[in-house]
Amino acid sequence: MRSPDLLRHAWAVASKDLRVEFRSRTAILAAAVFVVLVLVVFKFGHDETAVSNSDLAPSILWVTFTFAAILALNRAFQLELENQALDGLLLAPIARGSIYLGKLVANLIFVATIELLGVPLVALFFNVPVLPFLGPLAAIIALATVGFVAVGTLFSAMTTRTRYAELLLPVLVLPFMIPPLSWAVLATVRLLAARPLSEIVGWLNMLAVYDVVFVALALMLFPATVNE
Amino acid sequence: MRMLRVGQWVTAIALLLLAGVYVRALAYTPVEATQGLAQKIFYIHVPAAIWAEAAMILVGLASIFFLFLKDPRLDRFAAASAEAGTVFAAIVLTTGPIWGKPIWGTWWTWDARLTFTLFLFLLYVGYLLLRSAVADPAMRARFSAVLGICGMVEVPFIHFSVYMFPTLHPMPIVLKPSAPSLPGSMLATWLFSVGVFTLLYVGFVVQRYALSYLGEQLEAAGESGEGHA
Repeated sequence: MRSPDLLRHAWAVASKDLRVEFRSRTAILAAAVFVVLVLVVFKFGHDETAVSNSDLAPSILWVTFTFAAILALNRAFQLELENQALDGLLLAPIARGSIYLGKLVANLIFVATIELLGVPLVALFFNVPVLPFLGPLAAIIALATVGFVAVGTLFSAMTTRTRYAELLLPVLVLPFMIPPLSWAVLATVRLLAARPLSEIVGWLNMLAVYDVVFVALALMLFPATVNE
Repeated sequence: MRMLRVGQWVTAIALLLLAGVYVRALAYTPVEATQGLAQKIFYIHVPAAIWAEAAMILVGLASIFFLFLKDPRLDRFAAASAEAGTVFAAIVLTTGPIWGKPIWGTWWTWDARLTFTLFLFLLYVGYLLLRSAVADPAMRARFSAVLGICGMVEVPFIHFSVYMFPTLHPMPIVLKPSAPSLPGSMLATWLFSVGVFTLLYVGFVVQRYALSYLGEQLEAAGESGEGHA
């Protein structure tokens, strides 16, 4: 299959998912409310006089994103379970790779929307100045999110068809999220402390390598999760 | 079944030899100068850690070959290796704190290599949970192969990030580019122990493999309507 086709088909799958999402808006609204609630839980879950908000902000940001991403990932293939929609998708004359890429793109857009909401809320609730660091912060978030979501999309294709789907996905995917999470937190801490950018380049490189490896691996492995 | 019997014998011999490791470590190996007797746990801890990690790599390799060859034997081996690996990771996670308490003064620290083993353990548990959550054998084999490969690929990432964190752990003293910085008698005990743990791994895997084969036969017999009379 030529690569323009791969990407075109991927976009068709992604836009279908996004259209379904846009028309109901249930999942994205629930995820947005979830983000707000997690942030409020963090506010009340720690003693501000002991640990200052600004010290904890990077951790809050990343823990919130991790949980919100898992919530979003569960949704991706659940959509396809009703009315055997997955069978229809698999019968379509397109490469398995484009189905995966399409799901990945739709998930990325979904998670990015939540993150777009999360960053200003963290800045607002926890009084963190993010405006001067917006560019590098966006880079960290983008790189870490691609890694998370690449593995998560692959795993959710499997877990939605098992027992205890909602419980199993976090159990499987969290060990894979923690390495990028830890690099992202370390980079964010240094960034928000106004350290020179050269200090975070190493973490960004790690995140980029993780992304490349796991997107490629997931593309190769995805057919094994759907082929009978 | 013969294979099960073989596995049981190998395990029994390995357990006997493990007692031998203790005898050799306690009676015939010098006491380490700074750590005293606490260091004896090294002869159990490190070989178990080696096999905990090696078992994950074998799970990954078996999974790769499974996806190409679709041979159920490879899937059975991967499952067996994962279970044995879980046991070894649990040994590392229990002996580590026991060693850490007298030497570091704390049961647990978020030390890099401790964390790494915890990750490995969680990967194994996830793998076994996924296996138990899928009823269809063909689907179970494919799903767990995918997870096994991802797990193997993640190992170097955790390993690498481990060296970027400050650590309380001693740096490798045996498996390193230069010669082992260990007295000969300690090295001999340690190598003996690695051998014993290898045998233990083989014994566990052979038994587990035989058991899952028998389980499959039983399931197949149940499905074909003959039942277990």
